[in-house]
Amino acid sequence: MEAIAQKIREAAKRLLSEGKVDVVIGYAKGTVPMREYPYFAYTPEEAENLTWSSFCCNNLALYTIRRPGRMAVVAQGCVSRNLVNLINENQFKRDDLYVIGVNSPGMVDRRKVQALFPGKTITEVIEEPEHLLVKGQGFEERLERKKVFRSNCLTCVQRNPVISDEMIGEVGPEGHGGNIDKVAAPWEKLVPAERWTEMQETLKDCIRCYACRDACPLCYCHVCFVDEAQPQWCGKTQDEADVATFHILRAFHCAGRCTDCGACESACPQGIKMRRLTSKIEKDIRALYGYRPGMEIGAQPPMSLFKPNDPQDFIK
Amino acid sequence: MFARRRFAVLKNLLEYVGIEPGRLHFSWISSAEAEKFQKTVAAVTEDVKALGPAQHMIKDIRKVA
Ligand code: SF4
Ligand code: SF4
Ligand code: SF4
Repeated sequence: MEAIAQKIREAAKRLLSEGKVDVVIGYAKGTVPMREYPYFAYTPEEAENLTWSSFCCNNLALYTIRRPGRMAVVAQGCVSRNLVNLINENQFKRDDLYVIGVNSPGMVDRRKVQALFPGKTITEVIEEPEHLLVKGQGFEERLERKKVFRSNCLTCVQRNPVISDEMIGEVGPEGHGGNIDKVAAPWEKLVPAERWTEMQETLKDCIRCYACRDACPLCYCHVCFVDEAQPQWCGKTQDEADVATFHILRAFHCAGRCTDCGACESACPQGIKMRRLTSKIEKDIRALYGYRPGMEIGAQPPMSLFKPNDPQDFIK
Repeated sequence: MFARRRFAVLKNLLEYVGIEPGRLHFSWISSAEAEKFQKTVAAVTEDVKALGPAQHMIKDIRKVA
Protein backbone atom coordinates (compact mmCIF):
# COMPACT_ATOMS: atom_id res chain seq x y z
CA MET A 1 0.00 0.00 0.00
CA GLU A 2 2.76 2.43 0.93
CA ALA A 3 4.60 1.61 -2.31
CA ILE A 4 1.49 2.62 -4.27
CA ALA A 5 1.14 5.81 -2.20
CA GLN A 6 4.75 6.67 -2.98
CA LYS A 7 4.16 6.20 -6.72
CA ILE A 8 1.02 8.35 -6.55
CA ARG A 9 3.02 11.14 -4.90
CA GLU A 10 5.74 10.87 -7.55
CA ALA A 11 3.22 10.99 -10.38
CA ALA A 12 1.45 13.96 -8.79
CA LYS A 13 4.69 15.88 -8.28
CA ARG A 14 5.71 15.26 -11.86
CA LEU A 15 2.35 16.35 -13.28
CA LEU A 16 2.26 19.51 -11.17
CA SER A 17 5.87 20.56 -11.73
CA GLU A 18 5.60 19.98 -15.48
CA GLY A 19 2.43 22.08 -15.43
CA LYS A 20 0.41 19.30 -17.06
CA VAL A 21 -2.45 19.78 -14.60
CA ASP A 22 -3.57 22.54 -12.23
CA VAL A 23 -4.59 20.21 -9.44
CA VAL A 24 -4.18 16.60 -8.41
CA ILE A 25 -7.20 15.25 -6.56
CA GLY A 26 -6.33 12.36 -4.29
CA TYR A 27 -6.61 11.21 -0.71
CA ALA A 28 -4.73 12.38 2.38
CA LYS A 29 -4.30 10.70 5.69
CA GLY A 30 -7.02 11.54 8.19
CA THR A 31 -6.28 13.10 11.57
CA VAL A 32 -7.71 9.98 13.19
CA PRO A 33 -7.19 6.42 11.92
CA MET A 34 -9.42 5.07 9.12
CA ARG A 35 -10.59 8.51 8.02
CA GLU A 36 -8.73 9.29 4.81
CA TYR A 37 -10.18 12.37 3.18
CA PRO A 38 -10.22 14.02 -0.26
CA TYR A 39 -7.15 16.15 -0.82
CA PHE A 40 -6.35 18.77 -3.46
CA ALA A 41 -2.68 19.18 -4.29
CA TYR A 42 -1.96 22.39 -6.20
CA THR A 43 1.83 22.38 -5.80
CA PRO A 44 4.51 19.66 -5.89
CA GLU A 45 5.03 20.30 -2.15
CA GLU A 46 1.37 19.63 -1.40
CA ALA A 47 1.59 16.42 -3.40
CA GLU A 48 3.68 15.05 -0.51
CA ASN A 49 0.48 14.78 1.52
CA LEU A 50 -1.19 12.34 -0.84
CA THR A 51 -1.73 8.82 0.38
CA TRP A 52 -3.35 5.50 -0.51
CA SER A 53 -4.86 3.03 1.93
CA SER A 54 -7.81 0.75 2.69
CA PHE A 55 -9.84 3.76 3.78
CA CYS A 56 -10.06 5.78 0.56
CA CYS A 57 -13.85 5.69 0.67
CA ASN A 58 -14.83 9.04 -0.84
CA ASN A 59 -15.58 9.07 -4.52
CA LEU A 60 -13.18 11.64 -5.97
CA ALA A 61 -15.13 11.97 -9.21
CA LEU A 62 -17.39 14.28 -7.21
CA TYR A 63 -14.72 16.97 -7.01
CA THR A 64 -14.25 17.32 -10.75
CA ILE A 65 -17.71 18.81 -11.15
CA ARG A 66 -17.72 22.51 -12.10
CA ARG A 67 -13.98 22.73 -11.46
CA PRO A 68 -12.18 24.89 -14.00
CA GLY A 69 -8.81 23.93 -15.46
CA ARG A 70 -7.05 20.65 -15.99
CA MET A 71 -7.24 18.13 -13.24
CA ALA A 72 -5.68 14.80 -12.41
CA VAL A 73 -7.70 12.36 -10.36
CA VAL A 74 -6.54 9.28 -8.49
CA ALA A 75 -9.04 6.70 -9.64
CA GLN A 76 -9.78 3.11 -8.71
CA GLY A 77 -12.49 1.17 -10.56
CA CYS A 78 -15.61 2.87 -9.24
CA VAL A 79 -14.16 6.40 -9.32
CA SER A 80 -13.13 5.90 -12.93
CA ARG A 81 -16.64 4.70 -13.76
CA ASN A 82 -18.12 7.83 -12.24
CA LEU A 83 -15.63 9.92 -14.22
CA VAL A 84 -16.83 8.20 -17.38
CA ASN A 85 -20.42 8.93 -16.31
CA LEU A 86 -19.59 12.60 -15.93
CA ILE A 87 -17.91 12.75 -19.31
CA ASN A 88 -20.96 11.06 -20.85
CA GLU A 89 -23.18 13.58 -19.07
CA ASN A 90 -21.09 16.40 -20.62
CA GLN A 91 -19.75 17.74 -17.33
CA PHE A 92 -16.22 18.11 -18.67
CA LYS A 93 -14.05 16.96 -21.53
CA ARG A 94 -11.92 13.87 -21.46
CA ASP A 95 -8.96 16.09 -22.47
CA ASP A 96 -9.23 18.16 -19.29
CA LEU A 97 -8.87 15.06 -17.19
CA TYR A 98 -5.77 13.05 -16.39
CA VAL A 99 -6.53 9.75 -14.72
CA ILE A 100 -4.00 8.33 -12.30
CA GLY A 101 -5.33 4.79 -12.29
CA VAL A 102 -4.97 2.39 -9.39
CA ASN A 103 -6.26 -1.13 -8.89
CA SER A 104 -8.51 -1.03 -5.84
CA PRO A 105 -7.50 -3.32 -3.02
CA GLY A 106 -11.13 -3.18 -1.83
CA MET A 107 -11.88 -0.53 0.74
CA VAL A 108 -12.54 -1.28 4.37
CA ASP A 109 -15.61 -0.28 6.38
CA ARG A 110 -14.31 1.59 9.42
CA ARG A 111 -17.57 0.77 11.24
CA LYS A 112 -16.99 -2.95 10.82
CA VAL A 113 -13.48 -2.54 12.24
CA GLN A 114 -14.66 -0.42 15.16
CA ALA A 115 -17.46 -2.88 15.91
CA LEU A 116 -14.84 -5.52 16.65
CA PHE A 117 -13.41 -3.34 19.41
CA PRO A 118 -16.44 -2.07 21.28
CA GLY A 119 -15.71 0.78 23.67
CA LYS A 120 -12.06 0.89 22.70
CA THR A 121 -10.18 3.63 20.89
CA ILE A 122 -8.22 2.55 17.86
CA THR A 123 -5.09 4.66 17.63
CA GLU A 124 -3.33 3.10 14.67
CA VAL A 125 -4.09 0.84 11.73
CA ILE A 126 -1.12 -0.59 9.87
CA GLU A 127 -1.64 -1.88 6.35
CA GLU A 128 -0.38 -5.30 5.35
CA PRO A 129 -1.10 -6.93 1.98
CA GLU A 130 -4.08 -9.07 3.09
CA HIS A 131 -4.42 -7.87 6.67
CA LEU A 132 -4.81 -4.83 8.86
CA LEU A 133 -2.92 -4.56 12.12
CA VAL A 134 -5.21 -2.67 14.47
CA LYS A 135 -3.65 -1.09 17.54
CA GLY A 136 -4.90 0.76 20.58
CA GLN A 137 -4.03 1.12 24.21
CA GLY A 138 -3.49 -2.38 25.56
CA PHE A 139 -4.56 -4.27 22.44
CA GLU A 140 -3.24 -5.24 19.07
CA GLU A 141 -5.00 -7.48 16.60
CA ARG A 142 -4.50 -8.61 13.03
CA LEU A 143 -7.69 -8.59 10.92
CA GLU A 144 -8.23 -10.17 7.54
CA ARG A 145 -9.01 -7.27 5.19
CA LYS A 146 -11.65 -9.20 3.30
CA LYS A 147 -13.66 -9.75 6.48
CA VAL A 148 -14.06 -6.00 7.03
CA PHE A 149 -14.61 -4.84 3.44
CA ARG A 150 -17.38 -2.38 2.73
CA SER A 151 -20.26 -4.45 1.41
CA ASN A 152 -20.15 -2.75 -2.00
CA CYS A 153 -16.44 -3.62 -2.32
CA LEU A 154 -17.18 -7.27 -1.65
CA THR A 155 -19.45 -7.47 -4.69
CA CYS A 156 -17.51 -5.06 -6.91
CA VAL A 157 -16.89 -6.21 -10.46
CA GLN A 158 -14.59 -3.44 -11.62
CA ARG A 159 -11.55 -2.86 -9.42
CA ASN A 160 -9.31 -1.64 -12.22
CA PRO A 161 -9.94 1.78 -13.72
CA VAL A 162 -11.91 1.71 -16.96
CA ILE A 163 -9.95 4.74 -18.20
CA SER A 164 -6.44 5.67 -17.18
CA ASP A 165 -3.64 7.85 -18.49
CA GLU A 166 -1.11 6.31 -16.22
CA MET A 167 -1.44 3.14 -14.20
CA ILE A 168 0.10 3.05 -10.74
CA GLY A 169 1.09 -0.46 -9.68
CA GLU A 170 -0.20 -3.59 -11.35
CA VAL A 171 -3.52 -4.25 -13.00
CA GLY A 172 -5.19 -6.67 -10.58
CA PRO A 173 -8.18 -8.99 -10.58
CA GLU A 174 -11.54 -7.34 -11.28
CA GLY A 175 -13.75 -8.84 -8.59
CA HIS A 176 -13.63 -9.92 -4.98
CA GLY A 177 -15.76 -13.01 -5.35
CA GLY A 178 -18.99 -11.59 -3.90
CA ASN A 179 -22.09 -12.03 -6.08
CA ILE A 180 -23.98 -8.77 -6.46
CA ASP A 181 -27.19 -10.51 -7.49
CA LYS A 182 -27.28 -12.43 -4.21
CA VAL A 183 -27.20 -9.30 -2.04
CA ALA A 184 -28.76 -6.61 -4.24
CA ALA A 185 -32.37 -5.72 -3.54
CA PRO A 186 -32.62 -7.54 -0.20
CA TRP A 187 -36.35 -6.83 0.22
CA GLU A 188 -37.44 -8.53 -2.99
CA LYS A 189 -38.19 -11.76 -1.19
CA LEU A 190 -40.58 -10.09 1.29
CA VAL A 191 -44.29 -9.36 0.92
CA PRO A 192 -45.26 -5.66 0.44
CA ALA A 193 -46.15 -4.98 4.09
CA GLU A 194 -42.82 -6.37 5.31
CA ARG A 195 -40.92 -4.41 2.70
CA TRP A 196 -42.30 -1.15 3.98
CA THR A 197 -41.44 -2.09 7.57
CA GLU A 198 -37.92 -3.04 6.50
CA MET A 199 -37.46 0.29 4.77
CA GLN A 200 -38.68 2.17 7.85
CA GLU A 201 -36.30 0.12 9.96
CA THR A 202 -33.41 0.87 7.58
CA LEU A 203 -34.09 4.61 7.43
CA LYS A 204 -35.35 5.26 10.95
CA ASP A 205 -32.17 6.95 12.18
CA CYS A 206 -31.82 9.27 9.19
CA ILE A 207 -31.32 12.85 10.36
CA ARG A 208 -31.73 14.38 6.87
CA CYS A 209 -28.19 15.78 6.91
CA TYR A 210 -27.78 14.97 3.18
CA ALA A 211 -24.19 13.80 3.60
CA CYS A 212 -25.09 10.83 1.38
CA ARG A 213 -26.23 13.13 -1.38
CA ASP A 214 -23.30 15.48 -0.96
CA ALA A 215 -20.83 12.60 -1.22
CA CYS A 216 -22.42 11.19 -4.35
CA PRO A 217 -20.85 12.08 -7.71
CA LEU A 218 -24.25 11.84 -9.38
CA CYS A 219 -25.85 14.49 -7.19
CA TYR A 220 -24.52 17.64 -8.78
CA CYS A 221 -27.80 19.44 -9.43
CA HIS A 222 -27.58 23.20 -8.85
CA VAL A 223 -30.67 22.94 -6.68
CA CYS A 224 -31.55 19.53 -5.36
CA PHE A 225 -35.25 18.64 -5.23
CA VAL A 226 -35.11 18.47 -1.43
CA ASP A 227 -33.87 22.07 -1.25
CA GLU A 228 -36.48 23.52 -3.56
CA ALA A 229 -39.08 25.63 -1.83
CA GLN A 230 -41.40 26.42 -4.71
CA PRO A 231 -42.83 23.89 -5.03
CA GLN A 232 -41.65 22.02 -2.00
CA TRP A 233 -41.33 18.49 -3.36
CA CYS A 234 -40.31 17.02 -0.08
CA GLY A 235 -41.09 18.11 3.49
CA LYS A 236 -38.27 19.07 5.81
CA THR A 237 -39.21 16.91 8.76
CA GLN A 238 -37.98 13.57 9.98
CA ASP A 239 -41.44 12.16 9.56
CA GLU A 240 -41.31 8.75 7.89
CA ALA A 241 -43.11 10.02 4.79
CA ASP A 242 -40.56 12.81 4.26
CA VAL A 243 -37.56 10.61 4.96
CA ALA A 244 -38.88 7.91 2.64
CA THR A 245 -39.64 10.47 -0.09
CA PHE A 246 -36.09 11.78 0.06
CA HIS A 247 -34.51 8.35 -0.15
CA ILE A 248 -36.81 6.90 -2.79
CA LEU A 249 -36.48 9.92 -5.06
CA ARG A 250 -32.75 10.26 -4.62
CA ALA A 251 -32.35 6.59 -5.51
CA PHE A 252 -34.53 7.12 -8.56
CA HIS A 253 -32.42 10.09 -9.69
CA CYS A 254 -29.43 7.74 -9.62
CA ALA A 255 -31.15 5.20 -11.89
CA GLY A 256 -28.85 3.98 -14.63
CA ARG A 257 -26.00 6.08 -13.23
CA CYS A 258 -25.13 4.60 -9.85
CA THR A 259 -21.85 2.67 -9.91
CA ASP A 260 -22.36 1.20 -6.43
CA CYS A 261 -19.24 3.03 -5.27
CA GLY A 262 -20.51 3.09 -1.68
CA ALA A 263 -19.49 6.71 -1.02
CA CYS A 264 -23.03 7.51 0.18
CA GLU A 265 -23.00 4.79 2.83
CA SER A 266 -19.45 5.63 3.89
CA ALA A 267 -20.40 9.29 4.34
CA CYS A 268 -23.50 8.70 6.45
CA PRO A 269 -22.93 9.64 10.09
CA GLN A 270 -25.80 7.35 11.09
CA GLY A 271 -24.63 4.22 9.32
CA ILE A 272 -27.71 4.01 7.14
CA LYS A 273 -27.71 1.39 4.41
CA MET A 274 -29.29 3.37 1.59
CA ARG A 275 -27.70 1.08 -1.01
CA ARG A 276 -30.59 -1.28 -0.30
CA LEU A 277 -32.53 1.13 -2.51
CA THR A 278 -29.96 1.93 -5.18
CA SER A 279 -28.91 -1.71 -5.55
CA LYS A 280 -32.44 -2.62 -6.57
CA ILE A 281 -32.34 -0.12 -9.41
CA GLU A 282 -28.85 -1.13 -10.43
CA LYS A 283 -30.04 -4.73 -10.67
CA ASP A 284 -33.17 -3.78 -12.64
CA ILE A 285 -31.26 -1.66 -15.12
CA ARG A 286 -28.95 -4.57 -15.78
CA ALA A 287 -31.80 -7.02 -16.13
CA LEU A 288 -34.07 -4.79 -18.23
CA TYR A 289 -31.60 -2.92 -20.43
CA GLY A 290 -28.35 -4.85 -20.06
CA TYR A 291 -26.51 -1.75 -18.89
CA ARG A 292 -23.78 -1.12 -16.33
CA PRO A 293 -23.11 2.57 -15.68
CA GLY A 294 -19.75 4.15 -16.41
CA MET A 295 -18.10 1.29 -18.26
CA GLU A 296 -17.57 3.02 -21.58
CA ILE A 297 -17.05 6.55 -22.86
CA GLY A 298 -19.77 7.45 -25.34
CA ALA A 299 -22.31 4.98 -23.94
CA GLN A 300 -25.81 6.44 -23.86
CA PRO A 301 -27.40 6.62 -20.40
CA PRO A 302 -30.21 4.04 -20.37
CA MET A 303 -32.76 6.48 -18.96
CA SER A 304 -32.24 8.80 -21.95
CA LEU A 305 -32.70 6.06 -24.48
CA PHE A 306 -35.44 3.75 -25.62
CA LYS A 307 -35.81 0.72 -27.82
CA PRO A 308 -39.07 -0.16 -29.57
CA ASN A 309 -39.12 -3.53 -27.80
CA ASP A 310 -38.46 -2.29 -24.25
CA PRO A 311 -40.52 -4.24 -21.70
CA GLN A 312 -43.96 -2.72 -21.23
CA ASP A 313 -46.23 -5.40 -19.81
CA PHE A 314 -46.96 -3.11 -16.85
CA ILE A 315 -48.69 -0.59 -19.15
CA LYS A 316 -52.35 -1.28 -19.74
CA MET B 1 -40.80 6.26 -24.99
CA PHE B 2 -38.16 7.52 -22.56
CA ALA B 3 -40.96 7.62 -20.02
CA ARG B 4 -41.63 3.94 -20.56
CA ARG B 5 -38.16 3.10 -19.24
CA ARG B 6 -38.41 5.55 -16.38
CA PHE B 7 -41.82 4.28 -15.34
CA ALA B 8 -40.66 0.69 -15.54
CA VAL B 9 -37.86 1.46 -13.09
CA LEU B 10 -40.03 3.66 -10.87
CA LYS B 11 -42.81 1.09 -10.67
CA ASN B 12 -40.35 -1.64 -9.69
CA LEU B 13 -38.80 0.65 -7.11
CA LEU B 14 -42.09 1.65 -5.49
CA GLU B 15 -43.27 -1.93 -5.33
CA TYR B 16 -39.89 -2.93 -3.97
CA VAL B 17 -40.30 -0.59 -1.00
CA GLY B 18 -43.73 -1.94 -0.22
CA ILE B 19 -46.31 0.14 -2.11
CA GLU B 20 -49.05 -2.35 -3.01
CA PRO B 21 -48.90 -3.35 -6.72
CA GLY B 22 -52.54 -2.40 -7.40
CA ARG B 23 -51.98 1.21 -6.39
CA LEU B 24 -49.86 2.08 -9.39
CA HIS B 25 -51.25 2.12 -12.89
CA PHE B 26 -49.79 3.04 -16.23
CA SER B 27 -51.63 3.36 -19.49
CA TRP B 28 -51.15 4.78 -22.97
CA ILE B 29 -54.23 6.75 -23.94
CA SER B 30 -54.37 9.07 -26.89
CA SER B 31 -56.56 12.19 -26.84
CA ALA B 32 -58.82 10.44 -29.34
CA GLU B 33 -59.50 7.49 -27.06
CA ALA B 34 -62.26 8.79 -24.86
CA GLU B 35 -63.73 5.39 -24.23
CA LYS B 36 -60.41 3.86 -23.20
CA PHE B 37 -59.87 6.79 -20.88
CA GLN B 38 -63.25 6.34 -19.25
CA LYS B 39 -62.72 2.59 -18.82
CA THR B 40 -59.22 3.01 -17.43
CA VAL B 41 -60.26 5.58 -14.86
CA ALA B 42 -63.10 3.34 -13.74
CA ALA B 43 -60.76 0.34 -13.44
CA VAL B 44 -58.14 2.32 -11.51
CA THR B 45 -60.74 3.66 -9.12
CA GLU B 46 -62.07 0.19 -8.53
CA ASP B 47 -58.64 -1.32 -7.92
CA VAL B 48 -57.62 1.40 -5.50
CA LYS B 49 -60.94 1.25 -3.64
CA ALA B 50 -60.48 -2.48 -3.23
CA LEU B 51 -57.10 -1.85 -1.59
CA GLY B 52 -58.60 0.58 0.91
CA PRO B 53 -57.04 3.77 2.24
CA ALA B 54 -53.28 4.23 1.79
CA GLN B 55 -51.19 2.83 4.63
CA HIS B 56 -47.87 4.38 3.74
CA MET B 57 -46.47 7.77 2.91
CA ILE B 58 -48.94 9.48 5.18
CA LYS B 59 -47.73 12.51 7.04
CA ASP B 60 -49.68 13.48 10.12
CA ILE B 61 -49.05 17.20 10.42
CA ARG B 62 -50.11 17.15 14.07
CA LYS B 63 -47.29 14.70 14.81
CA VAL B 64 -44.52 16.67 13.11
CA ALA B 65 -45.54 20.26 13.73
S1 SF4 C 1 -31.13 13.81 -5.10
FE1 SF4 C 1 -31.76 14.24 -7.18
S2 SF4 C 1 -32.17 16.43 -7.24
FE2 SF4 C 1 -30.94 16.05 -5.44
S3 SF4 C 1 -28.83 16.39 -6.12
FE3 SF4 C 1 -29.29 14.19 -6.32
S4 SF4 C 1 -29.92 13.97 -8.43
FE4 SF4 C 1 -30.08 16.13 -7.93
S1 SF4 D 1 -25.72 6.54 -5.02
FE1 SF4 D 1 -24.08 5.97 -3.60
S2 SF4 D 1 -23.18 4.12 -4.52
FE2 SF4 D 1 -24.38 5.15 -6.15
S3 SF4 D 1 -22.89 6.47 -7.21
FE3 SF4 D 1 -23.88 7.72 -5.59
S4 SF4 D 1 -22.49 7.55 -3.84
FE4 SF4 D 1 -21.97 5.90 -5.25
S1 SF4 E 1 -26.16 10.78 5.25
FE1 SF4 E 1 -27.37 9.34 6.47
S2 SF4 E 1 -28.39 10.57 8.01
FE2 SF4 E 1 -27.65 11.98 6.44
S3 SF4 E 1 -29.40 12.22 5.03
FE3 SF4 E 1 -28.13 10.56 4.22
S4 SF4 E 1 -29.00 8.68 5.11
FE4 SF4 E 1 -29.80 10.41 6.29
